[in-house]
Amino acid sequence: MNFLSLFVLVPVLMMVGLFLSKNLRQIRLVMVTGASLLLALSAGLVFAYLGERAAGNTAEMLFTARCSWYAPLNIHYSVGVDGISVAMLLLSSIIVFTGVFASWKMEFLEKEFFLWFSLLSTGVFGFFISIDLFTMFMYYEIALIPMYLLIGIWGSGRKEYSAMKLTLMLMAGSALLLLGILGIYFLSGESSMDLLEIARGHIPEQAQHWLFPLVFVGFGVLGALFPFHTWSPDGHASAPTAVSMLHAGVLMKLGGYGCFRVAIYLMPEAAHDLSWIFIILTGISVIYGAYSAIVQTDLKYINAYSSVSHCGLVLFAILMLNQTAMNGAILQMLSHGLMTALFFALIGMIYGRTHTRDIREMGGLMKVMPFLGVCYVIAGLASLGLPGLSGFVAEMTVFVGAFLHEDTFHRVFTILACTSIVITAVYILRVVGKILHGPVTDRHHLALSDANWYERTSTIVLILAIAGIGLYPLWLSDMINDSLLPVIQNVNL
Amino acid sequence: MEYTLFIVLLPFLSFLFLGLVGKRLTPRAAGYTGTIVLAISACLSYITAWHYFTTAKVDGIFEKLTPVNFTWLNFTEKLHIDLGILLDPIAVMMLVVITTVSLMVHLYSIGYMHGERGFQRYYAFLSLFTFSMLGLVVATNIFQMYIFWELVGVSSYLLIGFYYTKPEAVAASKKAFIVTRFADLGFLIGILLLSFYTGTFDFERLTSGDTALFAGMEGISFMGCSVISWAVALIFMGGAGKSAMFPLHVWLPDAMEGPTPVSALIHAATMVVAGVYLVARLFPVYYLEAPDVLVLVAVVGAVTSLYAAVVACVQTDIKRVLAFSTISQIGFMMVGLGVSGMEGHEGLGYMASMFHLFTHAMFKALLFLGAGAIIHAVHSNEMTRMGGLRKYLPITHLTFLVACLAIAGIPPFSGFFSKDEILAATFHFSPVLGMVMSFTAGLTAFYMFRLYYRVFWNKANHHDHVPHEAPGSMTVPLILLAAVTLVAGFIPFGKFVTSDSTEYIIHLDWAVASASVAIALIAIGIATLFYRGESTIPDRLATSFRGLHAAAFNRFYLDDLYIFITKKVIFNGISRPVAWFDRHVVDGTMNGFATLSRRVSYSIRGFQSGQLQQYVMVILLGTLLITVLVLFV
Repeated sequence: MNFLSLFVLVPVLMMVGLFLSKNLRQIRLVMVTGASLLLALSAGLVFAYLGERAAGNTAEMLFTARCSWYAPLNIHYSVGVDGISVAMLLLSSIIVFTGVFASWKMEFLEKEFFLWFSLLSTGVFGFFISIDLFTMFMYYEIALIPMYLLIGIWGSGRKEYSAMKLTLMLMAGSALLLLGILGIYFLSGESSMDLLEIARGHIPEQAQHWLFPLVFVGFGVLGALFPFHTWSPDGHASAPTAVSMLHAGVLMKLGGYGCFRVAIYLMPEAAHDLSWIFIILTGISVIYGAYSAIVQTDLKYINAYSSVSHCGLVLFAILMLNQTAMNGAILQMLSHGLMTALFFALIGMIYGRTHTRDIREMGGLMKVMPFLGVCYVIAGLASLGLPGLSGFVAEMTVFVGAFLHEDTFHRVFTILACTSIVITAVYILRVVGKILHGPVTDRHHLALSDANWYERTSTIVLILAIAGIGLYPLWLSDMINDSLLPVIQNVNL
Repeated sequence: MEYTLFIVLLPFLSFLFLGLVGKRLTPRAAGYTGTIVLAISACLSYITAWHYFTTAKVDGIFEKLTPVNFTWLNFTEKLHIDLGILLDPIAVMMLVVITTVSLMVHLYSIGYMHGERGFQRYYAFLSLFTFSMLGLVVATNIFQMYIFWELVGVSSYLLIGFYYTKPEAVAASKKAFIVTRFADLGFLIGILLLSFYTGTFDFERLTSGDTALFAGMEGISFMGCSVISWAVALIFMGGAGKSAMFPLHVWLPDAMEGPTPVSALIHAATMVVAGVYLVARLFPVYYLEAPDVLVLVAVVGAVTSLYAAVVACVQTDIKRVLAFSTISQIGFMMVGLGVSGMEGHEGLGYMASMFHLFTHAMFKALLFLGAGAIIHAVHSNEMTRMGGLRKYLPITHLTFLVACLAIAGIPPFSGFFSKDEILAATFHFSPVLGMVMSFTAGLTAFYMFRLYYRVFWNKANHHDHVPHEAPGSMTVPLILLAAVTLVAGFIPFGKFVTSDSTEYIIHLDWAVASASVAIALIAIGIATLFYRGESTIPDRLATSFRGLHAAAFNRFYLDDLYIFITKKVIFNGISRPVAWFDRHVVDGTMNGFATLSRRVSYSIRGFQSGQLQQYVMVILLGTLLITVLVLFV
């Protein structure tokens, strides 16, 4: 059996294990074992992948396996990875691992919570290893549905409203997507669902022109494309900690990855012709998200709008259609995934203590919980692009790459997008100044405790990953660069 | 010269060590760790300087050496960020300046910060800052400089906000970061423009004088200025932000909320001259490709210098006076660069500017550390709470006097030589500018001696306790820096640091020198008259020029402009409407769709009523309708 399939198998086995476990202890054991296994698997995959490449294997996708599961439509269970999916798998396993620790103290229905959590992970991992459009779409749906229950049942605040809104908007996106995929299947002339086969052929340009928007918007909804991003603030605010982490950390990346892998890769001509529309939209996302974040008072809303801005930059960079910018987009996905997960984890931990997320009701927490405070500052600094942390590497690659575009239009928009680095600093420092610094405003907060061992595990792993990318980005960026070549060739034709 | 790597790396290791395990150490151990590591770094810098200035000269020109360089991140074939070490005269000089002042500050802080909460954290941040600043000056390419540029910004933010429970400190740190971030945006866009057309980040290629590199930028202009001018002007904007040039200087006076040794290190001697260093680093690009921007540099420098000197004359907080004096002196350095040429004796301004950077770092650090000793003694920053301190703080008094004489430009103290050369170069460039700068130099002497007399002379104003001299760890750095200030003027600076790396023989321009000394002496005389004893003249002057005094006291209301832009424009003017728009228009539309579909389903669900008669009725009518349609249409 192909070892990529283990990425799907392990979460499924976790669900079986959960089903059989009798108490919280066993549930935790299953989750920690499974999550560690996934982390080890993805780390192993990185080494295996780099080893293969170093040995001179230049195939587009490595470790491929394929078996037919619906012959009339040529649907295959077909898996394989390149440097980009390897990176995304690594990201996902880190988030799943830290998410388990962040939800150590689940209040009720633990078993069910983790069951849905594992199902969601199955979908995410399956999505990143698939190279068959239909299988990919199926996993995409598997990742979306559990979200409804996870937010609706375990959430807080207006959870039913948010869960419904999120699910409906994302489902509307899926509908467009399905239409697009069917269109690609029938119009490409290949009668194939295989990404690589379709890419080798050519979709007629007229068909591309209406398929590209369908697919791009379909995935773009999940990637918080303006104006379809409004599920994100409500959804994140209502979701429980681990779900916010997974959702902002990984699920939103499905959108960016899908746009890149399906929309740009398969329909390069339309991407050239129509990119200006989406560059305007994503450019708005970048600036507009950042400005909206400035006035929010709920920590999760601030972070959700910040995600709109940062994810906007991902799609923005993909649309620049050159290698450096796309590399930046992938790096930005990784970087944003890690730091936003760290943010949501920390917000959850702070909320668990103060029982409020309103920044006006907090102050001076640095003195009370120095560990969490320092982690929050580090997350903030990563978010505002401090060198030495992942955000800087990603943003600079995006800006330099986007600025290399020969059209003045694109460069002007790049400069506009650059201004977000100032606005980001404003909202990050505002929050840090309000909740962490200054005198302690609520004297009940004086008695609060600092992080526990499981909370420390969760945050330290994330910080190590963020600093790892930030300090030594070369291996990662080179790994991604290699894998971008086929896409770039397609785009440049 | 690979060992230079350790100069940069050691403070970083010290930062990691103190940051991770600092809490387990006693404050004393943490302080000594930081100080000893920095002492090693400083020794290595001195060895480097000796080694470099004695061996790197080939055919009368100092070579650029790159002992370390590796690729950190690849963008394209041509564009990649390297990290490395570039040694040339200005970089080596900066290494010496930074490690010296930083070492003095480390030593001084053991006494000054004694008993403070977060002592270990303080030393960790100091190490982080020193690492970043050293990385900045040895940068081999402009992107490396930008990386460390951001890192010094963050260290500065962390250190200004060191007393994080104090709301003023928090506000000041935020302001410092955001204002400099805004300036850095210009820097970044400038880098993007420059690298887009030249295809390189590398300093050596950019400053090689190779005009072919900039050929791609010719003929492209935007709003009447060529694109190369835009690029380097934007890069200068970054420098202006860090170096607190008008109107981006608003953060520096507030940054005085940080601990005083930090002000000495970051906000007087090292970080704030990064902008000057940046312009000096890219000087050939400015001079050869965009001379118009160089004029801008000179004008901005002169305006800043004059403005800050005027404001400094009426401030009452000892650290703010020094802060404005720093701004003013950096203005001098900028003017020096702005009026300079490249070759031979045309390069006087450049050499003088670097010389002034060197001497200013020493005497300004001395002034701040002295101010720290004063604040330590009287527990206040306000000059009104001081007076008559010369009896109580003899060492501080004498060293402070040395620094005051140096900054006022009295021979043979170091400031006289460097400032005089800047004035000479300025007169050579434009007599009007020269007169403005001479007037500013006079103001400098006046406000410094106003400060000196109000602190050390006059009537004692501290009723509650008897001030006492600072401990040895604080006075030793003062004495050392005073000694440097006494002799630094005689360093044959032109032998080492010049615009074209060839030797430059300094001739004092006696006409300019005697005039400026005369102006300084007159200014000191006026200050003596006003402030040495009780005098009503200053108060009467303040009342007769009430408007001017109030405006200067409030820094000509530029801080209100900052508040207006952040609070009114960004917060209330843009962000609030945007957030409202998002919630009510964009999200409202989405909710509108949901409401619409619910309305529709409410209205059509009546059809599914469950009443058989109604169903039969509909079926019959439907059949009839279809029959009619089929038959007649």
